[in-house]
Amino acid sequence: MNETVIQNFSRRQFLQGTAAGLTLGFCLPGFAANLLAKAGQAPTITDFEPNAFLRIGTDNSVIVIAKHLEMGQGSYTGLATILADELDADWSLVRVESAPADARRYNNLLWGAAQGTGGSTAMANSWMQMRQAGATGRAMLVAAAAKHWKVDTGGITVRDGVVAHAASGHKATFGELALAAAQESVPAEVQLKEPKEFRLIGKRAPRKDSAAKTDGSAIYTQDVFLPDMLVAVVAHPPLFGAKVRSFDARRARSVKGVVDVVQIPQGVAVLAHDTWSAKKGRDALSVEWDESGAFKLGSSEILARYRELAKTEGAIAKVEGDTAQAFAGAARTLYAEYEFPYLAHAPMEPLNCVIRLGTDGCEVWNGEQMNTGDQYALAGLFGFKPEQVKINMLYAGGSFGRRAGKDSDYVLEAAHIVKAIKGRAPVKLVWLREDDMRAGYYRPLFFHTLEAALDGHGALLGWHHRLVGQSIMAGSAFAKAMVKDGIDATSIEGAVNLPYTIPNFKVDLHTPVDIGVPVLWWRSVGSSHTAFSTETFLDEVAASLGKDPVALRLELLKDHPRHAGVLQLAAEKAGWGQPLKAEPGVRRGRGVALHESFNSYVAEVAEVTVAKDGSVKVDRVVCAVDCGTAINPDNIRSQLEGAVGFALTASLYGEITLEGGRVKQGNYDGYPLLRINEMPKVEVHIVESANAPTGIGEPGVPPLAPAVANAIAAATGKRLRRLPFDTTELAV
Amino acid sequence: MIKLNVNGTTHQADVNPDTPLLWVLRDTLHLTGTKYGCGIAQCGACTVHLDGTPVRSCITPVSSAVGHKITTVEGIDADRVGKAVQEAWRRLDVVQCGYCQSGQMMSAVVLLTENRKPSDADIDDAMAGNLCRCATYQRIRAAIHEAARSLA
Ligand code: FES
Ligand code: FES
Repeated sequence: MNETVIQNFSRRQFLQGTAAGLTLGFCLPGFAANLLAKAGQAPTITDFEPNAFLRIGTDNSVIVIAKHLEMGQGSYTGLATILADELDADWSLVRVESAPADARRYNNLLWGAAQGTGGSTAMANSWMQMRQAGATGRAMLVAAAAKHWKVDTGGITVRDGVVAHAASGHKATFGELALAAAQESVPAEVQLKEPKEFRLIGKRAPRKDSAAKTDGSAIYTQDVFLPDMLVAVVAHPPLFGAKVRSFDARRARSVKGVVDVVQIPQGVAVLAHDTWSAKKGRDALSVEWDESGAFKLGSSEILARYRELAKTEGAIAKVEGDTAQAFAGAARTLYAEYEFPYLAHAPMEPLNCVIRLGTDGCEVWNGEQMNTGDQYALAGLFGFKPEQVKINMLYAGGSFGRRAGKDSDYVLEAAHIVKAIKGRAPVKLVWLREDDMRAGYYRPLFFHTLEAALDGHGALLGWHHRLVGQSIMAGSAFAKAMVKDGIDATSIEGAVNLPYTIPNFKVDLHTPVDIGVPVLWWRSVGSSHTAFSTETFLDEVAASLGKDPVALRLELLKDHPRHAGVLQLAAEKAGWGQPLKAEPGVRRGRGVALHESFNSYVAEVAEVTVAKDGSVKVDRVVCAVDCGTAINPDNIRSQLEGAVGFALTASLYGEITLEGGRVKQGNYDGYPLLRINEMPKVEVHIVESANAPTGIGEPGVPPLAPAVANAIAAATGKRLRRLPFDTTELAV
Repeated sequence: MIKLNVNGTTHQADVNPDTPLLWVLRDTLHLTGTKYGCGIAQCGACTVHLDGTPVRSCITPVSSAVGHKITTVEGIDADRVGKAVQEAWRRLDVVQCGYCQSGQMMSAVVLLTENRKPSDADIDDAMAGNLCRCATYQRIRAAIHEAARSLA
């Protein structure tokens, strides 16, 4: 059946409010609607679905349909909070369900036509949409009540899921009104609340996923079991770009539980009834790899190349004033070099994906972050229309950008396996930790140089920042929008939009194209390195000028009140300027950093203790954040606490190293994460704001490493310019 | 056939005796609250109790669990300490992605069973084997103190 017809059919019926069998079809996923139409079943009306984001049941349940992935950042709770506030729902009755993949209804409004989660946009793009959705539902409930009670809508109030008319004494729950409300026409315009009327926004709305995530019932992709499903574990090439030359599967096939062994473009997949048998089968495979076209450089050789490149000027990303003149006329100049390694996302749940292939469609279970991209990629591979690809978006056990594949890498790997067995059984692709860590798609390795020109009177005259690193966006669907004149905006974000007033300013960029390591956005993307070099270098400038780091920043932030606001707040709460308590002979220091990313502003003050052997303990981190309207302050605190720990891992340990093209690290023994005994005490202060909400999942990450490095410099006098820190330099 | 007692119920599993307990719980019994994170006893996501002692089920052969009482996160609320831990986790909204939290809670239950008033240092000792990539450590610490208070 033609999809457009269904849509019109549904809408017409909805708007007409015709009788039984009414399908509020534009709320049904296209794929499901197709199936239902084919099966000759029209769903009977049991619920009130005023729009694609809300369903109210006669049992008083309020279901919020989340178009964004819940990967830990609190998107389900945030989306529900916004909608439920405008609806005046009873929070305890609100539940969240994930939306199907359907870009027409569920696109990310900041991504154009595509549905997906990332770039800390979930709240920012949904803010007005979810308010409208909630207010629309409310208006229809009120209209239905007014009709039923024969009263004016004006005297009707709504609170905690109850609609009431005080004058007549009428009262009804949402559930009691649901069917009548479903007959109402959708109002063209609705009245939104004034901020002072909010009941959930800005208050504490407990997380909607806490219960399921504390009794084992939350379902992640890893937890999906379908009838007859096979588990696939794959032998992946040892080098990026290597291919299977030949393989011998005899031993693998003799492992009990192994059902099949198939070659796919990504390697050789062993299919078994369970994960352990599949792993044993994979380990028993012998594969010969063709490494002729593989990438074989190591990290140190890549870095050496980048250092060479940095001796010449790159593509100009930004220029203001005349840096050449500023440097020529400077009383003093400063110069520093910065190194950043490849980083793996290493989410706690290694990547995985479940696909069932049928003759007229496929169904996917995935911690789905790139809904439209993956839907189209699968449709392309299987020869389906996108709407024949049904995606169930499940909880993700972390992502930090990794599940937002720019070329659907692991999703297509699962698809190739299920295709290779001709859809005989549903397939769960399971990456073991080592597969996950060695698969690439890392935060790119970067090399930076920074130069500053100072005059004789304590002023910063010139700033020149040069960056060398691979483009993340190249080859992605976002390349058109994000790469202009050879400059990938994510390579230089945080460097070109430095908020400080500096009269002569230049940023240039080298983008090597011959490095065969797949790279990807990693929590805070370009800011994961630019904040470090800029904010530690500025600290060196302050020291060289004999100025206090906070005072110098404030001096240079005259035109940036929101930056200055968080900086002052963090400094004040941290007791900046007051002496830090330290036992005699113990090296302690305090450092500050400030960074804007994803339209949010974060300042962090770190306090560190450096032991005699050089080891660094971060004792306390005070954060101040301005992310516009604080939808859920407790979640903002939670995100900043987590961001501090995540970024501290990258500061102290995070490093993927290539040797001869091979990735050295494979598991958490070689790629350690911060442990609880290393977690600093984190305090979070939120700037009150009436601005629209902006990002919170990522912005806490960038300022941490520079704040800690600046604190280490304050404690020891040593400037660390490489991540992760080489703390042996700090031993005394 | 291997006989297992999980959360008070007896299960039969037709598996090789050397299969890690983790995969028997997950793939055979479909008790999926126990998670796979590393497979080499580095992350603690797979932590379960054998007769009240925490073990990493990813490196525990299923054969060595025979004859012992296995407790997983699904059975955590059958016990007073487990219930207190679960409630504290919920009150404080500890979870982010949640994937590590079953293991975190299983370790916390053992700590609080043995030590009703753990200090921060006690918590560090008992919980350092459980990784959280989302770094919810501050709340884990607070929730353990909170659970201890509610048990006092
Ligand atoms: S999965 Fe067992 S410790 Fe990581
Ligand atoms: S909550 Fe995500 S790994 Fe712990």
